[in-house]
Amino acid sequence: MSALPIAAAAEIDSGDTAWMLAATALVLMMTPALGLFYAGLVRSKNTLNTFMMCVGAIAVAGVVWALVGYSLAFDGDGSLLGGLGYFGLQDVTFVPREGTTIPHLLFMAFQATFCIITAALVSGAVVERMRFGPFLIFVALWSVLVYSVLAHWSFGGGWLASGGTLDFAGGIPVEMGSGFSALAAALVVGQRKDYGRQALLPHNAVYVLLGAGLLWFGWFGFNGGSGFSTGDPSVLAFVNTLLTPACSLVMWFVLDLIRGRKVTAIGAATAIIVGCVLITPAGAFISPGWAMVLGAAGALPCYAVIVWRPRTRVDETLDVLAAHGIAGFTGILFIGFFASLAWNGVADGLFFGNASQLGDQALAALVTPIYAFTMTYLLLRVMGLFTPLRASEQEEAIGMDFIQHGEEAYASGEGAILVMPEADGEVMVADAS
Amino acid sequence: MKLVIGIVRPEKANDVLEALYRAEVRGVSLSRVEGHGGELERVETYRGTTVKMGLSDKVRFEVAVSDEFVEPTIEALCDGARTGEVGDGKIFVLPLERAVRIRTGESDQAAVTPVGANR
Repeated sequence: MSALPIAAAAEIDSGDTAWMLAATALVLMMTPALGLFYAGLVRSKNTLNTFMMCVGAIAVAGVVWALVGYSLAFDGDGSLLGGLGYFGLQDVTFVPREGTTIPHLLFMAFQATFCIITAALVSGAVVERMRFGPFLIFVALWSVLVYSVLAHWSFGGGWLASGGTLDFAGGIPVEMGSGFSALAAALVVGQRKDYGRQALLPHNAVYVLLGAGLLWFGWFGFNGGSGFSTGDPSVLAFVNTLLTPACSLVMWFVLDLIRGRKVTAIGAATAIIVGCVLITPAGAFISPGWAMVLGAAGALPCYAVIVWRPRTRVDETLDVLAAHGIAGFTGILFIGFFASLAWNGVADGLFFGNASQLGDQALAALVTPIYAFTMTYLLLRVMGLFTPLRASEQEEAIGMDFIQHGEEAYASGEGAILVMPEADGEVMVADAS
Repeated sequence: MKLVIGIVRPEKANDVLEALYRAEVRGVSLSRVEGHGGELERVETYRGTTVKMGLSDKVRFEVAVSDEFVEPTIEALCDGARTGEVGDGKIFVLPLERAVRIRTGESDQAAVTPVGANR
């Protein structure tokens, strides 16, 4: 179905459009912010490679989204998948989509930034060992096979949305989609060679805090823009994006104090992410009071998984599963309990007498992890038949910055000799092929 | 009494520490150094500027040991640091004139024997 939206619905609102232009830019900024956050969490020899995985996601997922991903997610209301009517952005014009008051083109760009950050999130599972080329190919295929499909189910008129499942800003495609895909990616790519043998510590906690802060800032566009307007839902989601992470932070401080008698900085950065993820699906569906409860209570399962995961053999390196998968899962279910018709004008949850909403939410919380995990697992297994997914042990030891990019994050320049174009001697060139 | 200096690849430093620990060599100092020893130079490119990195990062171990520990220390350094490629590093063994443990004033043999060591 590629027909333009019905003319009667097509009324552009300048206020809504102004806000959505800003919100789109805010969400795009989240991906470099994630790069900074992730780069601080790895060892210094992998700083650039880790950051570049996020930059690579902007490049590849952005292009693939415009070519085919957007169409599969948002063309028509097929139950499982959209159509190809918007292939290459044909018919995506200034005329608003049905039910929105912003140009269709802007709607597409806003959704593109979601696809980009979700693909970038998955990199957290495979940093410090996955080769850059195969990662880019993975992003291209994954953004279509996993993200577009989940986005269609929850946002684009697919079976979850039409069945009544509520997901305001992407608990299904973005958070659970990335979290459970990350688990599969970590299992297929395998653990780092020194994992479980040496302490592999974050090399710059300030990057981590600054990255988390910028992510939170961008998240106001992410959640606040997911109403596609300046109306009440956007305001509620915006304010909840302030309240929920604040409560997660307080809870994280308490848990840190109980566990180690000290409040940790990297724990705080993690709590900010967890809080933002928790409120992502529930944004405009729950009252500010319940959003605060969600922030505090939802931090508990995420904290538990973050403490438990490093004791396993699964090197899901930057805990995407805990911070996004588990938090997204919790937020989606929380809607089923505490959604409030008085606040959202859509539906009540179990707590307010509507048990069926919990059923709709539980269905999404069950199916999404299975789909994301299975598809990502199969995709990487098949890719692994054609190309090695990870660097050799020796390359991993030297560090991915030099091996994959021929640069260092912290090059001193001492002893560096300029190479003139005509000079050629026997030299060691980074081979990232 | 000898001072054993081992200059190794930074990525092998942890393996060396493990090997030294297994050989029951306890007192170790290490520092990050830059140097050049005939290995192939790395080429890096920053925008339009291509450079040969003439100096490589290395880690320098300094271990002061009694005579009976000289061989185990050298073996541990070799085992931990060897990859077989050019650039694995060097070991230098120097005679040590005197050693003093600051805390107790003990000198020489007693000073280089770790607290609680069997030998």
